[in-house]
Amino acid sequence: MSASPEEHDRSWTVAVRNRVSGLVPPGQVLPDQQPAYVASWIYVFGVATLAALVVVVGSGVVLAMGGAAWWHTSSFGHFVNSVHLWSVELFFAAMVIHLWGKFWMAAWRGNRGLTWATGVVSFVASIGAAFTGYLVQSNFDSQWISGEAKDGINSIGIGGFFNVLNPGQMLLWHVTLLPVAVGIITVMHVVLVRRHGVVPPLDDEREEVAR
Amino acid sequence: MSTTHATRTRRRTPDSHDYPTRHYDLVKEFVIALAIMTGLSLVLAGVFSSPDDKAISMASWAKADPADLVATATGELAGTTTSATYGAPYNDASEGQSVLGLKLQKWGGVGIPINSADLVLQPLRAVSGDAQLANALQQWDALSADQQTTRATAYADALAKAPDGDPAQVSQGSYGPVPALTTSFLGLASSGGLEGSLTSSATFYGSDQTRAMLLLSDGAYLEDQAVADHLGGDQWGMMNEVGNYPGQPWMWLYTFWYQVKPFSTSENADTQVWALMMLLTVGLILVPWIPGVRSIPRLIPVHRLIWRQHYRRKR
Repeated sequence: MSASPEEHDRSWTVAVRNRVSGLVPPGQVLPDQQPAYVASWIYVFGVATLAALVVVVGSGVVLAMGGAAWWHTSSFGHFVNSVHLWSVELFFAAMVIHLWGKFWMAAWRGNRGLTWATGVVSFVASIGAAFTGYLVQSNFDSQWISGEAKDGINSIGIGGFFNVLNPGQMLLWHVTLLPVAVGIITVMHVVLVRRHGVVPPLDDEREEVAR
Repeated sequence: MSTTHATRTRRRTPDSHDYPTRHYDLVKEFVIALAIMTGLSLVLAGVFSSPDDKAISMASWAKADPADLVATATGELAGTTTSATYGAPYNDASEGQSVLGLKLQKWGGVGIPINSADLVLQPLRAVSGDAQLANALQQWDALSADQQTTRATAYADALAKAPDGDPAQVSQGSYGPVPALTTSFLGLASSGGLEGSLTSSATFYGSDQTRAMLLLSDGAYLEDQAVADHLGGDQWGMMNEVGNYPGQPWMWLYTFWYQVKPFSTSENADTQVWALMMLLTVGLILVPWIPGVRSIPRLIPVHRLIWRQHYRRKR
């Protein structure tokens, strides 16, 4: 027996499906056409950021499989740690260039303010994720960085909950909470980009009367 | 009665879908970017590797700078070290830092209660088979709190006056059991047994280095090593790593404030810098809605370079 129209309207599943399928206009999730003005090297750095994030997560997963201290005793582990480090450097380099590029495009125009905001939040969350990574290296760097960082964290009253001197806690933040946060915000950011399309050039705006 | 409606013009951003399009292979672009990023990461890792200077152990501290370790242990007993006088989240010895009258540090509460004297006494109490140490601990426990502070402070002062802070060259004085306790503490650290006692004394699985790190940070040795490696607080230390590695350059602005006044000389620098950075971060998030700031890209036409092909076509 098929569902009545009332049941259909009350269905949570249908509501979620409609919401999800309406997030991005048809054909815009993975479009094979872009506006002709999308023709600059600056556009490469958004996708470069995503690509670097994949390398960061991939090398991090390999490090996680070896364990917290594996990279100190294994030459392969040390190499994977190096890949992790340099992919993080590339990730931030690409992200900062992307951010500046979007600033000079005023890419928040045309109801794209939330796209900009999620990008900045993603940047901040990434700084937190990278920072905890430096704390869990279990070497001299992490000793010094944690010793210095505790004063900043404690000074705003959160040191009792977010204890940078506790590498066990920081390791879990680094491999679970923060990457999940970065991942979720990044997905939101990409969905918003696909939803609104690439911002048109400045100076193309039309003047209209507003009351 | 007539009503006059004020009118103004506003810019309307055109719909991106109204523009002429061209072929664009997003998946191909991503795969190429992934290949390049993977390749670059592998090459950079192979050529430059990554830093891994060994962590300072209590044994290496005891061997390299025994006078500093003894002075630090004495300071913990006297209650004069940084951690002993820190405030929240370790104790309520001070109000901690504040900004604009907001005592954020104090309001955070003592979430990780630590008695600095216990950083020395608790590991010593776990030692068995040392009659001299047991006697010194007994003497210490028999003293009143004031007497303990007086004895330890006197010994700390004497150490400061001794050549190179050498405990063997301290002048005679009324130090009670403090010299015996700190000598035993130096011996325990040298044996390599101190870390375990500080991190896993209450649990088989010790993964919390808070107490060991506070003790190490209370001494001068850790900072001396860091400054020698250009990692000091006034050397942009938070964002650097040992050697010539790039560290965390994305934290340059946070670190920058510590290098300039008033923050470089402020007792509340940490809270002030955090407050400023939070303000700037919120400002960055809200750029699209801040009049003036959101117009900067129109005033400085970098976009003419980005979309030069489009503008050329329009002409």
